[in-house]
This record gives sequence, C-alpha cells and structure tokens, in this order.
Amino acid sequence: MKRFALLFAGAVAVGPAVAQELKIGFLAPMTGIFAQIGKDMENGFQMYIDEQKGNFAGAKVTFIVEDEEGKPPVGVRKAEKLARQDQVQLMVGGLLASTGYAIAPVSTRLKTVYVLSVAAADDLTQRDLKQYPYIVRTSWSSSQPHHPLGKWACDNGFKTVVSVAADYAFGHEVLGGFQKAFEDCGGRVVQKIWPPLGTKDFGPYIPTIKRDADAIFTVMVGPMALQFPKQLQEAGIKKPVIGGGTSYDEFVLPSMGDEVLGHVSALQYSAAIDTPRNREFVRKYREKYGKVPSYYSESNYTTAQMIHEVMKQTKGKWPGPEKFIQMITQLKLDTPRGPVRFDDMRNPIQNIYIKKVEKKKMHGYDKDELWNSVIQTYPEVSQFFTYKKEEFLKQPVYNRDFPPCKHCN
Amino acid sequence: MKRVWILLAALAVAAIVAPFTGPFIILLLAQILVLGIIAMSVDLLLGYTGLPSLGQAAYLGVGAYLTAILATKYGFGLGWDFWLVVLMGMAAGAATAAFFGLFAIRASGVYFLMITLALGMCVWGLAYRWNSLTGGDNGINMRGRPKFGIELANDVTFFYVVLGFFIASFFALHVLVNSPFGKSLVGIRERELRMRILGYNTWLHKYIAFVIAGAFGGLAGVLWAHLNGIVSPVDVLLPASVDVLLMVVLGGPGTLVGGLIGATAVVFLREYLATVVQWWQYVLGAVYVLTILYLPGGIMGLFKGGKA
Repeated sequence: MKRFALLFAGAVAVGPAVAQELKIGFLAPMTGIFAQIGKDMENGFQMYIDEQKGNFAGAKVTFIVEDEEGKPPVGVRKAEKLARQDQVQLMVGGLLASTGYAIAPVSTRLKTVYVLSVAAADDLTQRDLKQYPYIVRTSWSSSQPHHPLGKWACDNGFKTVVSVAADYAFGHEVLGGFQKAFEDCGGRVVQKIWPPLGTKDFGPYIPTIKRDADAIFTVMVGPMALQFPKQLQEAGIKKPVIGGGTSYDEFVLPSMGDEVLGHVSALQYSAAIDTPRNREFVRKYREKYGKVPSYYSESNYTTAQMIHEVMKQTKGKWPGPEKFIQMITQLKLDTPRGPVRFDDMRNPIQNIYIKKVEKKKMHGYDKDELWNSVIQTYPEVSQFFTYKKEEFLKQPVYNRDFPPCKHCN
Repeated sequence: MKRVWILLAALAVAAIVAPFTGPFIILLLAQILVLGIIAMSVDLLLGYTGLPSLGQAAYLGVGAYLTAILATKYGFGLGWDFWLVVLMGMAAGAATAAFFGLFAIRASGVYFLMITLALGMCVWGLAYRWNSLTGGDNGINMRGRPKFGIELANDVTFFYVVLGFFIASFFALHVLVNSPFGKSLVGIRERELRMRILGYNTWLHKYIAFVIAGAFGGLAGVLWAHLNGIVSPVDVLLPASVDVLLMVVLGGPGTLVGGLIGATAVVFLREYLATVVQWWQYVLGAVYVLTILYLPGGIMGLFKGGKA
C-alpha cells in the first residue's frame, strides 16, 4: 500500500513540470592545508551534476558548498547551518575521519541524511551504527582496504614492519586493519611511530625507524604524503614502503618524484583501473579539470550517481530520510571503481585494489606519468574482510592501542 | 552607567526576538554570548589592566575539556550537577590561570603576549597529545546537553541559560571594574610605576585580575562544550585566542560591552560572508586592520569618542 502511494505520488509529480528541488549540502575543506583535496571532492560531485544538467530525475539540484576547513568543530557548525538554515535534505562529505565522527551526531539530532562520501571513520558503520539512523557511507571505512593489504604484505614475504602513521582516528584505524590481517597471517608489526596529522618535518621520526624491519607501513594524509617519501630517501633508507590508500592517492601523485616508484598501497579506487567505465571517467574529468581524478573525486562522483539512482526510482520526489537510507543501501551499481553494493551496516562492498606506483603511459596519454598500477584485486571486500561480523564487532574499534603492539620493544 | 542600560535594552530585545529568529540564528546568538563572556574576560586584562593576553583560549579549553570528560567518561554534569560543573569549570580555569600567572605576570607588553601564547600552546599540546584523556586530534563528541527540569537540548532554552550566564558575568565584571580594585587596575594600565610608588602591590593586582579572567574563561568553556557538542584541540589553538583578542579590539577595549559587539560582528561576518565568498578571511582581515588604524577605541569608540 505504501509503495502504491509512493508510485502514485511519483506519477503525479512527473506529470506537468512540477518544480521539485533537491537540496544537497556539501561539506569540504576549501581553505587550509586540505583545500586542494576539498576541491577534488567538490569537482567530482559537481561533474556529475553538470553531466545531468542539474536535474536528478525531475528534481532540480541545489548544490550548497560549505567550507569545513578540515576541522571537526567547524564541520559541526557548517552542518548545523546546512540543516537548519538551508534546510537541505542531504549533507554530503566531510574529509577527515574525526570530522565524520563529529557530524554524525548532528545528522541524528536534526534528522537529516548524512552521506559519508569521504570520511572513513570505521565505527560509524560498525559499533556506533545504531545511534546514527540517518547516515550511509558511499566510500570506504578506514580499515576496509587495509585488511587485504595486510594479507597481501604477508603473502608476499614481508615478516616485520615498522609503521609511521598520522596520529588521529584515521591513522589508527588504517594501521589497525593492516596490523590485524598482517599479524593473523604471521607477520609482525615491530614498531609504531605516530607523527601528528599535518607533520611536515619527519626529521625527528625517521632516525628512530628500526633498521632490521623488512618494510615501512605509512599512513599519510594530504601534504604529509609528499614530504615523507622525500625525507626517507634523503635519509638513505631504501626499505620497501607499503602505504595506506591516501599516502599515494592521485591527489598527491602528480607532485611526487621517482622516490615513490615501487611503493605499494591499497584502496577501492585507482585512476589506473583499466576498464572502459573508468577510462571514460578519467578522460572526462581530466578534460574538465586538467588533472587525473583522485579517489576523492571518484567517490563524490559516484555518490552523486547513487543519489540520482534513488531519485530515479522515486521519479524526482524526495522520499524522506528513512526511506532514502533504505533505498540507497539497496542499490547495486557499476561505477568507475567497479561494482558497488552495500552490506547491512550501510557500508559499501567493493573491490579492493593493491596498487604499485609505476612510471608509464596510461589510458592513451602520450607522456610518462606516475600511475597507481593495479597489481592485485581482492573482489567484493566488505568492511569485515574475511572475519565473521559478530566476532569482529566484539573487538574494540581500532585505536592507538588496539591491536596492541605485541612485538614492539 | 548609560551604557549598561543600553546593553540591557539590547539584550532584552535579543531575548524577546530570539525564539523567532529561526533554528540556525539562535545557535549563532548563543555562540555570540559565549564568546562575549570570554571576550569580557580578555577585556578585563587588555582594556582595564593593559595586559594583552594571547592565550585566553587555554582557559576556555580547560573548562570545555573538563565538561566533556566528566560528561562522557563519568556521565557527570548532565542533570542538576550541571551547576557543579559550572563551578568546577570556573575553578579549573582560575586554577590554571593561577599557575600560568606565576610565569606570565612577571612580563609586560610584547613579552606578556609571547608568554601567554606559549602557555596557551602548552594546553593545546596536552589536548592534542594526551590521547587517553582528551581523545587527541579526534576531540570528544558529547552525547547531549544537560536536563534538569528544563531541557538544554532545546536550543531556545539553552540560549536563555547562556544569556543568564552572560548577564551574570557582565554584572560581576562591571562591579569589579568599578570597584576600587578595578580603578587601581586602570591605574596600573596607565602608569604602573606611579602605582607602585603610591604603595600598591601591582604584581598582586595583575595576578588577581589574571586569575579572575581565567575563571570566566573556564565558564565560557563549559558553555562552549555544550553549545557545540564537540570539544577539539582546534578550540584551544592559537587562532581561537587571537579571535577573542581581536573581538575585543574590534568592539572596543576597556568597555566590557565591546567584547559582545566584537563577537557579534565577527560571528556574523564569518558565518554569512563565508557562504557568499570563499575569500572571506581577507575581508575579516581588512576589517581588523582598518579598525586598528582608524578606530583605536573600536566600534564602541564611535559612540564615545574616548576610552572609559
């Protein structure tokens, strides 16, 4: 009956051109050290809107961008503004995991949908999910790509690893995922170094790296990613480097030099994925914005596509927050990153790509450039990897002290 | 005295209009009042005692973190015990200031600026790196505002409570600066040496003013935590202190009311300008520069033509 009512409402709506509006509030850093990432996020979303000429199945899209400055309290303020003042139906974005954790309660309080198109904070779609009925994640949870990466590192002969990870929720969770899978398979993390988020000088940290470890695992975000490999090379350390997804993302890759060749990382997206769908996406994005899309761009492009798919089903009528969440998690889509569907905790199930930085020609461009070549694909990985959901949820969320560093000292 | 009546009239208007301003403006109004409290505490130092503090966010941070930690770790301060937390927040702010004052009050002028800056950064460092207590860079997300007969979760109610605290703080500070103690602070601002020759213990005067300012900073912190529902190291960072100092300069130092006017100007410029243009920070910067160049008495100076 309900469905019938909805159909009916939809049918009425398409009839004569009833002006329907879909207000989307977008949170991304536009100033500060993460401004460039924010631009990538916005560009991805904007590109999809432009492709649809601002029309999602009959609903006119109003896209309101707010600068969250990469600071959680500012993110909260801006989310309040979007929901209260602009009365948006959806909030999308938020860069840092800590910002995601901060905005989620706002979505519950104000009964406004919050689509996490970047912020990867694990627990939002794990142990805390029940508190947040209006959130859905379209990107990834921090540890999701790094479980397979830990397995991969172990399978490829690395025995001991030193970690250098940004000291905040995201860094803790990325390393946690890697460490869990790596150690469950027989590897050992022998040292954890925690530089603060935004560190530019790794001088105090690099000399403390244990010399006898097989590899270094890094979690870098934004400008940090540029500095670390350079300074590592200057210090003459030639160990293999394995990185969290953001350490070698296409956002930083064009600014990097040969010092990163051969470094391995994992993510649900690489601009070098060799499928027609992705080739097309990279070509169009590059034409429009003059650079290769990063996962920040892809993720937001795909998020816009998902919202559009839901609006197609409702014929352009906003279904309300509860129904929207229910509908978006039923989607199964083919996207530039590959097939995406959702698990029952509103986190995507998707391919995870193990990627190696290589200098080569790709997608028909005629210059040698750095690309994240896919060297192995783990298909359809959920946020729980191969672990049983119930058992996984019994352990605490990955944090600075979990999993404990049993092999440190 | 006339100024006080004008302020009261303005606040009365705000109190009557507030419930009809819409769900977002009311948050901004509450934010302005909280910033107004801490701005008045800075004004006590800058405007009356002549001590430019660049570390006032530290006391706000102490109050805010205390509130957040008590609420999330111990479930304390979410009922009638909220009033206890208010007292504890003020005490914690005062205690921190009492400790920092031992170092800071020795210096004056630029050196005072530098020392308060450094001490403020110590608090930031603690907030940022003491992970087990403060949640580090993630900060602390709070689960909701206190409830005791009235529900502070209701933004209008919360606004009135904050308004109450603002008025109480204003009167406390108003009485203070008009007392003989306050007059001697002004004397110290104008000419410390003369005051010392007259037999005043100027160090102690400044120290007490510093501690009182810390207490009001702590109070602002308690309210700040409940206002935002999140406490993060960003709240304690240098720009937060600079903002407050500039609010006072913009509004007019040595007037108490100026802090509130400065806070109003900054908050509305920041929230609305930022939605219109992305280079809003330049506009704010230009406003500051022009104020310092052409309005040494701040916006209040426009009405009075001189310092209080």
